[in-house]
Amino acid sequence: MLRLARQLRIRGVIGMNRRNIHYIGRYNDRRLYPLVDDKLKTKLLAQEHDIATLVLLGTIRSQFEVRHVTQLVSQQDGFVIKPAKGGGGKGILVVERQEPGAYIKPSGRIIHRDGLERHVSNILSGLYSLGGSPDAAIIEELILFDERFESYTHEGVPDIRVIVFRGYPVMAMMRLSTAASDGKANLHQGAVGVGLDIATGRAVGGVQFDRPVSRHPDTDCPLADLEVPQWEELLLQTAACYELTGLGYLGTDIVLDRRHGPMLLELNARPGLTIQIANGRGLREALDLIERQPAGAPAAERVAFSRRYLAAS
Amino acid sequence: MSRISLYVMVAVFLIAGLSLTLYRHIELQVPWTPGETRQVWHVEGLVSFEAHGDPVKVSLALPDNPGGFRLLSEHTASPGYGLHYVDTEVGRRAEWTIRQATGRQQIYYSVQFLVDDGSQTRAATPALPDTVVWEHPLGTSAQQVIDAARERSADAFSFTRELARRFTDEPAGDENIRLLMSRFDTPELLVRLLHQAGIAARLEHGLILEDGRRRQVLEPWVGVFDGDQRLLLNPRTGKTGQPDNLLLWEAGGSPVLEVQGGTESRITYSMLRRDEPAAVAAQTDLEAGGVMGFSIHSLPLEEQALFKNILLIPIGALVVVILRVLVGIKTSGTFMPVLIALAFMQTTLLTGLIAFLLIVSTGLMIRSYLSHLNLLLVARVSAVIITVILIISAYSLLAYRLGFNEGLVITFFPMIILSWTIERMSILWEEEGAREVFIQGGGSLLTAVLAFLAMDHPVVQHLTFNFLGLQLILMALILLLGNYSGYRLLELRRFSPLGHSRD
Ligand SMILES: Nc1ncnc2c1ncn2[C@@H]1O[C@H](COP(=O)(O)OP(=O)(O)O)[C@@H](O)[C@H]1O
Ligand SMILES: [Mg+2]
Repeated sequence: MLRLARQLRIRGVIGMNRRNIHYIGRYNDRRLYPLVDDKLKTKLLAQEHDIATLVLLGTIRSQFEVRHVTQLVSQQDGFVIKPAKGGGGKGILVVERQEPGAYIKPSGRIIHRDGLERHVSNILSGLYSLGGSPDAAIIEELILFDERFESYTHEGVPDIRVIVFRGYPVMAMMRLSTAASDGKANLHQGAVGVGLDIATGRAVGGVQFDRPVSRHPDTDCPLADLEVPQWEELLLQTAACYELTGLGYLGTDIVLDRRHGPMLLELNARPGLTIQIANGRGLREALDLIERQPAGAPAAERVAFSRRYLAAS
Repeated sequence: MSRISLYVMVAVFLIAGLSLTLYRHIELQVPWTPGETRQVWHVEGLVSFEAHGDPVKVSLALPDNPGGFRLLSEHTASPGYGLHYVDTEVGRRAEWTIRQATGRQQIYYSVQFLVDDGSQTRAATPALPDTVVWEHPLGTSAQQVIDAARERSADAFSFTRELARRFTDEPAGDENIRLLMSRFDTPELLVRLLHQAGIAARLEHGLILEDGRRRQVLEPWVGVFDGDQRLLLNPRTGKTGQPDNLLLWEAGGSPVLEVQGGTESRITYSMLRRDEPAAVAAQTDLEAGGVMGFSIHSLPLEEQALFKNILLIPIGALVVVILRVLVGIKTSGTFMPVLIALAFMQTTLLTGLIAFLLIVSTGLMIRSYLSHLNLLLVARVSAVIITVILIISAYSLLAYRLGFNEGLVITFFPMIILSWTIERMSILWEEEGAREVFIQGGGSLLTAVLAFLAMDHPVVQHLTFNFLGLQLILMALILLLGNYSGYRLLELRRFSPLGHSRD
C-alpha cells in the first residue's frame, strides 16, 4: 500500500486533500464562487468578454412570469430549460423540436404547455438548486453537437472539460454519455471520460467508473480515434475564462456546436480529479510547472506554452 | 507564511496541552487510567424560590449517615446569605438567612459521598402518635383495610408488605382503598395506616442515584420499625428493602425544605458518579488550587455532568477528521455521526443502531410520499421533523407495549439532525440512486460506531474528564490533520490504475 502511494506520488497524482489545500484553497477566492455557481452570471460575464456561449432565449425569475415561457420559445425549434444554480445535470429539460402545442424531447416523449410551465415553476421554487434556495430558470438554444461525435455518445451531448490553472490549460478530457449515465455527461453516473492531449486534442485514453476503458461501452467505437477539431480556438476560450472569473484553479466545460464551434457551457470552481485517470497521468507535474511561470502572460501565449510543454508525450 | 504560523500554533497548543496534562498527573497525582477506583457520588441540590423583599430563612434537611454511603465533604454556594448548620433531634439541617432578598433566588448545596457498603443508618425509632384522626367515613374504611391485612400476616413487617400489596397491586379493586386513596397520597396513607395498626413508621425522602442525571427530585419512601429492626418500603411498587443506589436524603420525618419569606420554593438535584482513585477518594478535599490545577471539578455539579459529555465531543470530531482526511469515507452531514454517537452513549450500541435504522428507514419511506407534494424546503424539512417525532413516539409506545423498556431510549436521538439526515438521504436517493445512499449512510453509521467506541472507552472518558489539557492536544492534532495533503486511503484504490499502468 505504501508502495502504491509512493508510485502515485512519483507519477504526480494529486488527491482530494492536496487539491483542496494547495489549489482550491490557495488560488480560488471564495468570494468569486457565485460567478461560477450561477450559470446566468457566468453567461452574462462570458458575453461581456466575447466568449461564445449558447444564445440566451430568456430568463424567468418569478412565478407570475411563468406563463410567458411558451412565448419565449415560440421562435425556436429546439431549446433547453435549466436551473441557474443547478448542478450534476439536475432539472435540465431538453426539447428537440416543437409542433403546435407539443414539445418533443430527444427520447420522443411529448410534453405540453402545462408540463413546461410546471417544470419552470419547480425550478423557481428551488427543487433542483443546491440547498433548495429559490432559483431562476434559464432558457437557451439547443446545442447541435458536431456530427463527428455521433458514434461516441449515447443520447446526450458530449462536453469537454479543461482544467485551467492560473490561466494555463493543463489537462483536458472529453465526457461521453452512456446508457449507464442515462444520457448525462456526468462521470460518477457512468459517463466515459476520454483524456485528450493538450497539444493536439487527440485521445490518449479512456475511463469509466474510475477504471480504464478503450471502447465506448454502447457504440463500441474505439476511443483512441477520437480527435477534437478547432482545438486551438477551444483552448483559447478556456484560457480566457481565467480573466473572466479570477479563479486560479478552474474547470471549464466546453461543447462543440456544429454551427458556432466551441462554446462555453459552464464553469466549475471545484473540478474533480478523475481527469487524471482518463489521461493516465497526474496533474502535479503540470501544476508545478505552471506555478513557476510569472503572472500576466496574455491568453494566446499561455495556450502556446501549454501546447508546447504539457504535450502528452 | 501561513504554514509557519500554523506550525507555531500547533506547537503552542501541544506544549501547553502536554504541560497541563503532565502537571495534573505528576503534581496532583491524577492517574492515567481509571485503574483502582472508588465510586464517589457528587450530588448537588439546587434550592430555588421567589423572594419578595422580606427577610428570608431557608431551612434544608441534610443527609445524615444514609445507609450505604459515607459523607466525604460538603459545600454550599449562596451569595449574600448567612449560613449555619444545626443538629436537631431528627437530623442535620442547613439554615440560610438574609435580611432582604427579591426576585429569583438560588442556593446550591453540594455533597460528596463515598460508596461504602459497610455503613449503616443509625436512625432512631420514631415515637407512635397517640391517635390517628380520620375524617368520617374514612375511619371505618381504614379499620377494614387494616383488619384484612392483619388477618393475612404474622408480624409488623409481613403486615406492612400485605398492606402495601393492596395499594400497589390492584388498588381500584377494593372500595375502601379507593376511598382512602382519593383523600391521601399513598406514602402518607401507608404511614397513617401503620400508625393506626400500632406500628412505628415514618415518611423518608430519598434520591435514586443515576450517573449524569439532572433536575431530579426526592421521592417519598416509608420506613417501618419493629424493635430495633427497620424495613424500607417503596410505596410506589410495594417492594421492601433499600436499593443500592438509593440515597436517603431525609430520614427523620421532618420536612425537606422550608422557606420563610419566599414562594414557589423547590429543590432539584443533579448527580454525577466519578470513579476516583482510591488515594484521591480518601483525601476529601478535591479542589486543587492555582491555574495549573485548572479543572472542571471546580464547576457546579450540574455543569460538570454536562461537561462530561461535551468533553468527549472533540474525540468524536477527531475520529471524523481521521476518517475523512486519512481514509476518505463519505458521510452524510459532516458531524452528524458524532451526534449519533452521543445518542448511542445513552442508548447502548445495539439498541441505538436498531433504533437509528428503524427511524431513518421509516422516515425515508414517508419522505418519499412527501416529495410528491412539491413543498418548499423549509416546509418539507419541518414536515419531516414532525414525522420523525411521530415515528419516535410510535416506536416508543410500541416497544413499551411489547414490554421492551429500551424502546423509550429512542427519544435520545437528536431529532432535528435526524430529520436533516433523512431529507439529505432522500434527495441523494432521487438524484444519485440507492447506491450512493448506502455508501453515505453506511459511511455515516460506520463513523458513528467508531466515534462511539472511542468515546465510550472508559480510559478515554477518564482522560478527557480529568485532563483538560488533552483538549489542546486534540486541537493541535486536528490542526495538523487539516494540513495533510497526502492521499486518502480510499484514493489509493481509486487511482491504482495510475500506479500500475505504463511501464
Ligand atoms: N443547451 C443545451 N443543449 C443541449 N444539451 C444541453 C444544453 N445544456 C446542457 N445540456 C446537457 O446537460 C448537461 C449538463 O449541463 P450543464 O450546463 O453542464 O449543467 P450541470 O451544471 O447540471 O452539469 C450537459 O452535459 C449536456 O449534456
Ligand atoms: Mg456540467
